[in-house]
Amino acid sequence: MNSLLQNKRNQIIAIVALGIFLLILPFLAGMLGQAWVRILNITLLYVMLALGLNVVVGVAGLLDLGYVAFYAVGAYVWALLASQHFDLHYPWWVLLPLGAFLAALAGLMLGAPVLKLRGDYLAIVTLGFGEIIRILMNNLDKVSLPGGDTVYNITNGPRGITGIDGLNFFGFKLSKGIEIFGLPVSGLQLYYFVFLAFACFSVWMVYNLQHSRLGRAWQALREDEIAAKAMGINVRNVKLAAFAFGALTGGLAGGLFAAMQGFVSPESFGLLESVMILAMVVLGGMGHIPGVILGAVLLSAMPEVIRYAADENVQQKVFGFVVVAPEVLRNLIFSLAMILIMLYKPAGLWPSPERKAELEGDRV
Amino acid sequence: MSKFVFVAENVTKRFGGVTALDSVSMSIPRDSIFGLIGPNGAGKTTFFNTLTGLYQVDEGKFTFDEKPLNVKAPHEVAEVGIARTFQNIRLFPEMSVLENVMVGRHVRTKAGAFGAIFRTPSARREEREIEERSRQLLAYIGLEKKAGEKSRTLAYGEQRRLEIARALATDPKMIALDEPAAGMNATETIELRKLIERIAKDGKTVMLIEHDMRLVMNVCHHIVVLDYGKKIADGTPSQVQKDPAVIKAYLGGAHAEIQQGASK
Amino acid sequence: MSIDVLLQQIVNGLVVGSVYALVALGYTMVYGILQLINFAHGEIVMIGALVALVVTKALTAAGIPPVLALLLAILAAMIVCAIVGVSIERIAYRPLRSAPRLAPLITAIGVSIFLQQVAILVFGRNYFTFPEIIPKSPINIGPITVTANEIVILITSVSLMAGLLWLVNKTKIGTAMRATAEDQKVAGLMGIDINKIIAITFAIGSGLGAVAGVMVASNYGQAHYYMGFMLGLKAFTAAVMGGIGNLWGAVAGGLILGLVENVGLIFVRGDYKDIFAFVVLVLVLIFRPQGLIGEKVAERA
Ligand SMILES: Nc1ncnc2c1ncn2[C@@H]1O[C@H](COP(=O)(O)OP(=O)(O)OP(=O)(O)O)[C@@H](O)[C@H]1O
Ligand SMILES: [Mg+2]
Repeated sequence: MNSLLQNKRNQIIAIVALGIFLLILPFLAGMLGQAWVRILNITLLYVMLALGLNVVVGVAGLLDLGYVAFYAVGAYVWALLASQHFDLHYPWWVLLPLGAFLAALAGLMLGAPVLKLRGDYLAIVTLGFGEIIRILMNNLDKVSLPGGDTVYNITNGPRGITGIDGLNFFGFKLSKGIEIFGLPVSGLQLYYFVFLAFACFSVWMVYNLQHSRLGRAWQALREDEIAAKAMGINVRNVKLAAFAFGALTGGLAGGLFAAMQGFVSPESFGLLESVMILAMVVLGGMGHIPGVILGAVLLSAMPEVIRYAADENVQQKVFGFVVVAPEVLRNLIFSLAMILIMLYKPAGLWPSPERKAELEGDRV
Repeated sequence: MSKFVFVAENVTKRFGGVTALDSVSMSIPRDSIFGLIGPNGAGKTTFFNTLTGLYQVDEGKFTFDEKPLNVKAPHEVAEVGIARTFQNIRLFPEMSVLENVMVGRHVRTKAGAFGAIFRTPSARREEREIEERSRQLLAYIGLEKKAGEKSRTLAYGEQRRLEIARALATDPKMIALDEPAAGMNATETIELRKLIERIAKDGKTVMLIEHDMRLVMNVCHHIVVLDYGKKIADGTPSQVQKDPAVIKAYLGGAHAEIQQGASK
Repeated sequence: MSIDVLLQQIVNGLVVGSVYALVALGYTMVYGILQLINFAHGEIVMIGALVALVVTKALTAAGIPPVLALLLAILAAMIVCAIVGVSIERIAYRPLRSAPRLAPLITAIGVSIFLQQVAILVFGRNYFTFPEIIPKSPINIGPITVTANEIVILITSVSLMAGLLWLVNKTKIGTAMRATAEDQKVAGLMGIDINKIIAITFAIGSGLGAVAGVMVASNYGQAHYYMGFMLGLKAFTAAVMGGIGNLWGAVAGGLILGLVENVGLIFVRGDYKDIFAFVVLVLVLIFRPQGLIGEKVAERA
């Protein structure tokens, strides 16, 4: 594949082709049904999440198992400030930056005390942090101040928040859909284009970061922390920056998620979600943007495709009865795929060439 | 301005039962080449590690550039103007030769995440300056032709020189070299000697740990000898060479090089 | 708050904590040797509980006296779990021993999901009631109420822990395990069969996990395919808190976690119980980054 892309002209052709493909994709999916467009949209959010976590894990080498907490912060900021729940309806240009900012702040607050921990310890602390956020979302529906009798319902607990405002550009509600030159574009398809723009924006941000003074510091740190320190790199600040940036991307994706779904509940932000995003990064190829995108697309699309293929009707046709509940079959295949990919491609499906060498020489 | 750029007073460092440094004191004159020698395990590397903040001293203190050097975090040491190389080369193996040097500029530049993400004009300008300066340094050590190669692909002697360039990129007032000639052949060592002399002439103090006695005796203005963590001699090369304690230490450790002034 | 309530919660905490400790030992043993978070260990515990449950029911139905049935069921659970644990290591972890660190972690996560699905296939999604074989009627000791079941749990876990510590510190296999944990290469050079030792470690850890699973199931009277998740998470937290890789650390971490959770209930609503575990963990690690009993690892320049 690389040799094919070497040629400048081929490269441009490939990019243009990819661009066109991405532009018509939602319409192709639309022919199968709007549910598939929603899957595409969710996939784009996962691309953003995986890219953000990739900076934390793949670039700065910090194992974060509670990443979904930042996604949750972004989603809840949007849900609480743009819904019937408090009857607040702020516009997107307040909510998205605010959610991203608060998520980054949460990242800094979590990162500051725990960054000096060893790898696996950091993993478990971040995991704990993720659980704490989820438990808070579940229980902040009956908060009473000491001595006071009033019970405040902040998050509406496990029931979640419904009736969330969608994206709304200058009075135009995206969810309504639109007709361009006689071509109907559904609301979900409009969301697709917005999400695609944000996903591209994320790629651009991560790319720029990796090729900057900060990105070099991250790489140096990963390759030799002691030498990096001796060169005057402030390990703490540089790692915090990675943490905060990862959180920021997560927060941004969270806001978009809430806007599209119109509903958020703690259930969407469990440990398994963090684990999935981590799996996307690792399966795809840590630290390598195309690899990470591949991982995100595969892991978010695969279960849906399997769900479709393992559908009860299909099983009925083939075997005459339902052999396995589709949900179970989906997870079985999915987990087996995770195991097999790692066994045969420990550096990920599409690792960066340098990273591969680095990891293979890792053990002493 | 004091005559000395760096002063160590009664520095002691213990590892469990081992006293790696036992009340060591020394003063390094400005813009000189200063040698730190001693048999294996004498505590030379440990001295570097304490003065660069990798280890905390148990007792004693350092003064650098007339200010007390409170080495709490290693990165602050680079900031005040001390850079170092490592006995067991510590380059960033998967980064290019140029990038290795560019990392050295980190401490003298300041673009943050915002500048990086949005490619602000000031960040771009700074990035150009970093690259330009790094290329100059590569030329200075004679590796400009290999700028694009991964540092791990370099020959041993080249890696040692690259480490020096990376250290120089931090604009140090003092550069500490831990056995830079180790693994070099005779020609490379001669090149190295010229490089060290040039660095000193360009107004930096060089602190040199080296087992290659010919190099040390020829290049250093002043030498301190450590043995079992204690300072046993302090003087010019000719004074040190004649010092009976030094000869004994080296003979005891089956090191005969010092008298011959020959490389091993 | 009365002192009685406090005493009662301490007792409850010790019971739960000793189960955490047993599971934590499984995590810490594997980590000590492979530096791997065996994410699937919680599922082993779950499998232990479900196997024991099925076997107990089958045997009692066949007319075997309940207590004997339970003992046989525990034995069966231990054997099944040991086999599952050893197979996981053989298939999913061993090929990745020299791979990048995160690779085995991801397969471990994959194995964990896989085992959950297999459990659904074999046992279904139901919450099973675990038969009450050792009575759970309250016994009053002064102001404190315990059940026979709880007393058995405490005694069993203490003896198992003592047995493990004896095995690791006093036997030849234990010495080999410690040597392997210290330095695999050197241990291999000294003629220790590394693969065998690692397999034994997995077998023992899984066996302990199986017993812990039965304890939890009998204590709460139920078992289900998802029970390993939170339990595993907490036990791992306990292992880290104590200083991972250290057996005493796992025991201490488990007990402390159990105590903190239960004593904390006096002050804070039960909904937040699961938060304590993590808050305590964060606090411990901030002040002692190497865990309570862990050793500080210094890097050599
Ligand atoms: N991190 C450490 N932990 C324990 N002991 C150490 C550590 N670093 C150094 N030592 C001990 O301190 C003593 C001095 O070691 P050091 O590396 O400073 O010697 P050196 O003079 O640099 O020797 P060489 O010429 O072989 O490089 C040795 O006994 C060494 O084993
Ligand atoms: Mg040395």
